[in-house]
Amino acid sequence: METNTHFTRTARWLHWAMAAMILAMLFIGVAMVTSLESRPWLLDLHRPLGILILLLAVLRLWHRRRNPPPPLPASLPRWQARVAKLSHVALYVLMFAMPLLGWAMSSAGGYLVTLPGGLVLPPLAPADPALYTWLRDAHGALGYAFFALVLAHVAGALQHAWVRRDGMFEAMAGRR
Amino acid sequence: MAWLQAATPPRPVGDFGLKPCPHPGTTDPVRQYRVHPAGNPMSEPSRAPLPWRKLVPWLGIGAVVATLAAAFAWTAGWLSPQRVTAPRLVDTIENGKPFAGFRRAHARGVCLAGWFEPTAEGAALSRARVFSQPRTPVLGRFSIGGGDPLGAEAQARVRSLALQLDTDDGQQWRLAMNSFPFFAVSTPQAFAEQILASRPDAATGKPDPAKMQAFLERHPEARNFMAWAGSAPWSNSFANTAYHGVHAFRFTDAQGESRFVRWIFEPQAGFEPLAPEQRQAAEASYLADEIAARLAEGPLRWTLVLTLAEAGDPIENPSQPWPGDRERVAAGTFVLERVSDQATGACRDINFDPTILPDGIDPSGDPVLAARAAAYSVSFNRRLREIAGGQADAAPGAAD
Repeated sequence: METNTHFTRTARWLHWAMAAMILAMLFIGVAMVTSLESRPWLLDLHRPLGILILLLAVLRLWHRRRNPPPPLPASLPRWQARVAKLSHVALYVLMFAMPLLGWAMSSAGGYLVTLPGGLVLPPLAPADPALYTWLRDAHGALGYAFFALVLAHVAGALQHAWVRRDGMFEAMAGRR
Repeated sequence: MAWLQAATPPRPVGDFGLKPCPHPGTTDPVRQYRVHPAGNPMSEPSRAPLPWRKLVPWLGIGAVVATLAAAFAWTAGWLSPQRVTAPRLVDTIENGKPFAGFRRAHARGVCLAGWFEPTAEGAALSRARVFSQPRTPVLGRFSIGGGDPLGAEAQARVRSLALQLDTDDGQQWRLAMNSFPFFAVSTPQAFAEQILASRPDAATGKPDPAKMQAFLERHPEARNFMAWAGSAPWSNSFANTAYHGVHAFRFTDAQGESRFVRWIFEPQAGFEPLAPEQRQAAEASYLADEIAARLAEGPLRWTLVLTLAEAGDPIENPSQPWPGDRERVAAGTFVLERVSDQATGACRDINFDPTILPDGIDPSGDPVLAARAAAYSVSFNRRLREIAGGQADAAPGAAD
């Protein structure tokens, strides 16, 4: 019986597609609060892409429960394995928290979240200055934290690929 | 050839005297070898330095991470202190002394409510629901230009009308209009320069003429705005003031055809002048009081007039008016029913961002329109934080 050495094709597809989307979102987010020229079209990208990531995150979590990921290599020290697991939990938490915070923040600021095709999402929170400020700060702070975590995740993945060479990178990147 | 089948593998060249001492089960290239000082006559009994080759993957990881971080920092503006970003533009407007809790521009105003009734001509130009729904509820705000919530209303050259229209399909249209027909400048960077050039000098309390001169040499089109400001007649009310959208927007009809328009809310109330001595003598809340008194007599009306662009008209330059013979279309009527204090009114916590548009209306590429959206967002975030933190200044229309 073949041991589980790779993520499923669905898991891999979701990972790389969402990695590209999330990285794009982090750059779009930081650009749209800075730029004088580009905020309208960046915002028009940012909201629908955020909702799409939320939907894909639900799918991804459901898939992961049914298809457990391959185990970490036995040679990995226990503290590294623990850090790796915690970092993945944190990534999942952020994948859900960021779009929900963004949606709630928009509602609290009296803004509508309108998706392409004219679908208007119901408000997730009442319009309120204190709530808006808190949600806005949370969305921003967690956004920066998300970027730092992505950098750590990339560094860790490349460490497996280029230093340890233990097959972990191929588990997500390789073809079965 | 017996040496080829030697039981022990030949020692690799340049192995620094390391003996193979494999750890069972590991493929770790570093852990495969362990220094045995006794078997290493060349070096001291301390750990041998890692070969530089082993550093290469770490350098690669560092390069990838550093590149991503640098790109992020550049995007955020942290590496470009000279770039005019939205927060820096609002800092320039605040000039170190923001009025906490208030809009950074158009700070003084009153909330309003009413409705909008479209015409068939409007529906022919845009498929937006506002032009087919018989009556759309409107809430909004009158304001004067400037950042001072205590500013004298009668003396304000610029008056503004902001509206929010909520249609029954769940869509929303926000408008932010001014009594001037065109902007002084055509780019947000020039706008930042204008703010700096017109900032009162600390010593004289008036703008430095040399700075203003230098600005006008760089941006001669600003003289048109100054000419308007100097010569346009002063009316005596919010009610008989015309409000211009200034920027071009794209209207798309039900067949998918689109065209660029600019709009004006033209008052149905007749013009009545406000003489300079009246402006001087008026109370600070003159305009707000005056319109409340008018509304006691009945609702007030404006006609939404669209001007249609023709090929070659400057779509993205808000400092350039279009030729006067362009086709004009009456697209609807705005009926104003009542006004209320902005401290407690529904308009206080709304950001009247003019790029919030329904299906059937889109923004043009006008850079000042995009910049207004960016600047209003910064102002909104700052003032809602101040309101939430209980730091709003005590002033007419201050938050509780």
